[in-house]
Amino acid sequence: MPKLTINGTEVTVDAGKTVLQACEQIGIEIPRFCYHDRLQIAGNCRMCLVEMEKSPKPIASCAMPVNEGMVIRTNTPKVKKARNGVMEFLLINHPLDCPICDQGGECDLQDQAMAYGLDRSRYTEHKRAVPDKDLGPLVETHMTRCIHCTRCIRFATDIAGVEELGTMGRGEHMEIGTYVEKALTSELSGNMIDLCPVGALNSKPYAYTARTWELVRTETIDVHDAVGSNINVNARGREVMRVLPRLNEDINEEWISDKTRFAYDGLRRGRLDQPYVRKNGKLVPATWKEALTAVAGAITGAGGGSVAAIAGDLACVESMTALKDLFDQIGSPHRDCRQDGAKLDPSVRAGYVFNTTIAGIEEADVCLLVGTNPRWEAALVNARLRKRYLRGGFLVFSIGPRLDLTFPVETLGAGPETLEGIAAGGHPFVEALSAAKRPMMILGQGALARADGSAILAAAWRIAVTCRLVRDGWNGFNVLHTAAARVGGLDIGFVPGKGGLDVGGILDGASAGKTKVVYLLGADEIDMRRLGSAFVIYQGHHGDAGANRADVILPGAAYTEKPATYVNTEGRVQQTKRVVFPPGEAREDWSIVRALSEAVGARLPYDNLSELRQRIERAHPHLAERDVAPKAAWGSFGHEGRMDQTPFRSPIDDFYMTNAICRASETMAACSALYVGNAESKTGTHG
Amino acid sequence: MSAPAPAPFAFTPANVEKANAIVAKYPKGKQQSALLPLLDLAQRQNDGWLPRAAMDHVAAFLCLAPIRVYEVATFYTMYNLRPIGRHHVQVCTTTPCWLRGSDQVLDACKKRLGVDAGETTKDGKFTLSEVECLAACVNAPVAWVGDDFYEDLDAGSMTRLLDDLAAGKQPRPGPQVKRQTSAPATGPTTLKAGS
Repeated sequence: MPKLTINGTEVTVDAGKTVLQACEQIGIEIPRFCYHDRLQIAGNCRMCLVEMEKSPKPIASCAMPVNEGMVIRTNTPKVKKARNGVMEFLLINHPLDCPICDQGGECDLQDQAMAYGLDRSRYTEHKRAVPDKDLGPLVETHMTRCIHCTRCIRFATDIAGVEELGTMGRGEHMEIGTYVEKALTSELSGNMIDLCPVGALNSKPYAYTARTWELVRTETIDVHDAVGSNINVNARGREVMRVLPRLNEDINEEWISDKTRFAYDGLRRGRLDQPYVRKNGKLVPATWKEALTAVAGAITGAGGGSVAAIAGDLACVESMTALKDLFDQIGSPHRDCRQDGAKLDPSVRAGYVFNTTIAGIEEADVCLLVGTNPRWEAALVNARLRKRYLRGGFLVFSIGPRLDLTFPVETLGAGPETLEGIAAGGHPFVEALSAAKRPMMILGQGALARADGSAILAAAWRIAVTCRLVRDGWNGFNVLHTAAARVGGLDIGFVPGKGGLDVGGILDGASAGKTKVVYLLGADEIDMRRLGSAFVIYQGHHGDAGANRADVILPGAAYTEKPATYVNTEGRVQQTKRVVFPPGEAREDWSIVRALSEAVGARLPYDNLSELRQRIERAHPHLAERDVAPKAAWGSFGHEGRMDQTPFRSPIDDFYMTNAICRASETMAACSALYVGNAESKTGTHG
Repeated sequence: MSAPAPAPFAFTPANVEKANAIVAKYPKGKQQSALLPLLDLAQRQNDGWLPRAAMDHVAAFLCLAPIRVYEVATFYTMYNLRPIGRHHVQVCTTTPCWLRGSDQVLDACKKRLGVDAGETTKDGKFTLSEVECLAACVNAPVAWVGDDFYEDLDAGSMTRLLDDLAAGKQPRPGPQVKRQTSAPATGPTTLKAGS
């Protein structure tokens, strides 16, 4: 390991690190624009200049690898002067529009100009102006502000895996752009806004709506997919103004998907802000008392055996636990948290979580995708797969539809017959899988949410055993969920009790008139027509499909409005925090169930959130361990059976429209129209 | 900066052969190194300019993302991204040529062709460009037409040159005065026979 001297301090760093990283190691901050930890080194902004002994000129510390015996100085007048010079050049063509710039207040250029800039300009010639580019409905451009750091290009090329951005022209005429006007076709494009060190790339939906210093920042987690990305929700007053990523190396690194970032405007539209009761076929506003009495009447009238509950994709552990407890009290075993009908086996935890962990993908060498399109189901899992692919020596195979995942994927087959071939050991791929040191399989909901899902799960289990996906210190069996609620629901056993009906049974029962009352806990993605003439209670936050069908609506809180627990696809327990209060009469979901329990005369034994959480942790000790991905014990799961030969398909047809919040979002609607609406007219040669 | 609407483009069979020969010069997996010569080949095939379709074709030929080709094509001024006249007259006006009278040469072009720098004549025969140093300063002033340099120009010789091109004749490239390549204009000063 090379040893070098920085400002008189000796420091030993790993070979291959750069001078800038060595400086950071001993706490010396080097100003920079183009350098970013997670991107390739470009070395073109020159802001990180430092002095190196025996070098006639200052060097760019971000691009200079450390060497034995180097002597670096970062605080000399020469360094200061060099950086001042660079700053002056950067500011030559940069407009002085900070007061109206959205980046103002959180701008690297603004901050560093405080340290290295002149207090006036010596430049009197024409400043150049650059036409703005149209990069789609998410990223707004102000290209005159661009300082050509090329972070966005490197992000698009390496991390997002869409080579669409580049530098056009040269010298004074250089511009960042796509050449052909087109929207960026990446589900991670919003991250460029964060990466841009100036105000050249801004958030289009957020544009000119708030100043950064008026925002209250709350660290919470995302529920739009089952990844559980860590986010920072910025609110002003009672409104969520924007969503930013928060660093978590184990989950989302410092990226979030466009859905996580931009669906927040859905939190303002189509909200249920007061209870409703259906009278004479019409939903009319009601008081909480009226609504709860109506629900209690329906439940007690029907009796435990004909009451059922379905939990949706955004339900939190607390509300599901409360509802499960209530159903236990009224004697109904009919409940299911798998609204998509996925045949997940709740008995063995290793059989329904992402055992490898998301960070663990980086250690894998072969990956088999079964019935999943991770790019749309979990964009950040896909980003991690791409990161692993870029390091080399990583082979990805897929059973299911042909996929463009931004890295090469070999499609082995379309459906269960290929899976069965591998499970039986006759398929040539078995050799590749068995020879791998760290093989992994990702089983998607597209393979499980079908009638033969249980048999497919069993076949996947057999592959895991015969190809030794599970070995010492490595578990390569993974289930990729699409819903933030799912693992939590399975963990607490929000599944049919003894003799209970699953989601298919509940819907059949409702169609046949046997199930008389159906309680939808935010379940919008079921076929409402199959509810027949059942009395439907919808508890949730958006007036979506469920509320439309409901006989009573109990307005709940969205993920930004309640402290709630979610378990991500890895089995990692995380909690949201309240950013703003729920609108109007809407209440936290667990408290609604608690209030209802009193109305039906089956009072639940907890009066506040901490009592409820204690109850959850007593019953499920692993849920007390937060922010870690616990190792789940391996077991046997799935039921052998006949597999239907229908090909697998991803459960997500439209990345931008997966839940009630997205469906209420105008931004997501614009993206859906642009990116997915076009998909039908796309030809084979497109993009 | 966007180019006119694309028309279909594909290398002719002869050019495919040439392109393959160019690609073969580079190690396997480094085929993108052939980008510059392939763009040149495409430009020659397409009357001296590169439509987007041609750049896309080259990108596909080399398995590159189109944006990587656009970056290169917009960087180099010798790739023309708009239609160009039959003869592209590029007059150097950088300091050495300017000192030796490139202004008069350029004016002669403007007068003879009736267009300004950067424009194409109505008949589509000539495009006039003012360019930076062509690296032939020793024979300044210099103009570049087609694949040839015409050197030691003045207003008269430039006009004659354009007349010849307009008449379909192929003028003699190189110095337009009595001078052997870039030897001293006044004849040899050293190594003279008999000295």
